[in-house]
Amino acid sequence: MSLGSAGHVLLGLLVSLTAPALAQAPGERRSGYHDMSPSLQAMQDDEIANPGMLWVLDGEAMWNRKQGAAAKSCADCHGAVSTMAGVAARYPAFSGANPRPVDLAQRINLCRTDNQKADAYPYESKELLSLTAVVTRQSKDLPIAPPADPRLAPFVAAGADLFTQRQGQLNLSCAQCHEDNAGRKLAAATIPQAHPIGYPIYRLEWQSLGSLQRRLRNCLIGMRAEPYAYGADEYVALELYLASRARGMPIEAPGVRP
Amino acid sequence: MANALIRMPKTAKRGEVIEIKTLIQHPMETGYRAGMNGTLIPRNIIEDFVCTYNGVEVCRMKLSSAIAANPFISFFTTATETGVLFFRWTGDEGFKVEETVSISVA
Repeated sequence: MSLGSAGHVLLGLLVSLTAPALAQAPGERRSGYHDMSPSLQAMQDDEIANPGMLWVLDGEAMWNRKQGAAAKSCADCHGAVSTMAGVAARYPAFSGANPRPVDLAQRINLCRTDNQKADAYPYESKELLSLTAVVTRQSKDLPIAPPADPRLAPFVAAGADLFTQRQGQLNLSCAQCHEDNAGRKLAAATIPQAHPIGYPIYRLEWQSLGSLQRRLRNCLIGMRAEPYAYGADEYVALELYLASRARGMPIEAPGVRP
Repeated sequence: MANALIRMPKTAKRGEVIEIKTLIQHPMETGYRAGMNGTLIPRNIIEDFVCTYNGVEVCRMKLSSAIAANPFISFFTTATETGVLFFRWTGDEGFKVEETVSISVA
């Protein structure tokens, strides 16, 4: 063995002793799916075992149901739900004359109030989650593709600021866990990189499907910060920033997570 | 109306062991959790699952409070003859879902 290669081995040993091993290489974008156990991965992959598909089924039935004073179904305007392929990959986005970007669930509610003349569904209601799930499912395996809309830039920037801003009694920012320590452990759980590609997700802890806003509230509560109200602009800004950060990653919805 | 998903082969050879997978939407409320006002949320679970194959019981399961929401049940049976598999989930608050799936055995 030459002296040079022995030196390399020694250097490698030193690095592995001093730097705690990360489950993922720095700079590599990675879905939380790959940090789950094989049985949970199988649960997500198998349509009959993935409980999120129950919401997708409900959403499919709702898609064709006439609603509101206008007595219109989603299908009356949009046609088959399969025409929604790629839509979820673009949201949050601007919609119509709305002065602020909206996420997919808010966009669905805009359709309800403007076109179906019906009441908006409450956040995290079974109905809103089901419609969001069936629309997002049509984009499965498609890459996250935020629109190239210059009006979005300030909102993405606001989301980036929120992501790196320390908050709560623990004085933590999102980035401290999901960038600086992604791949390491928080108690028994592997900290994911926080890519919004599986939402709405079926979380075993929730025993239910839930939105990205619900997940963000969870994190805020964990940081001992006061969560924003559902539908707050802060969530949409964070969702926008996360989407721009995950651009190109394939959608897995409905994901399954522990 | 609860959703139930069933996956099993539509056709099978006589004597072949087939896997049947089922998933049903149900909250499986344990009866041990307290609600917002501190009072217990009443138990609401599926108590019994049964599958019959041309009238012959091939699987029965008693479910308890410890089972997670949206129970996934999978089991095996032997394909004996062409016919119908009947599935029934029953539980608290008059919960009852019935499904039938036919199979042809050659």
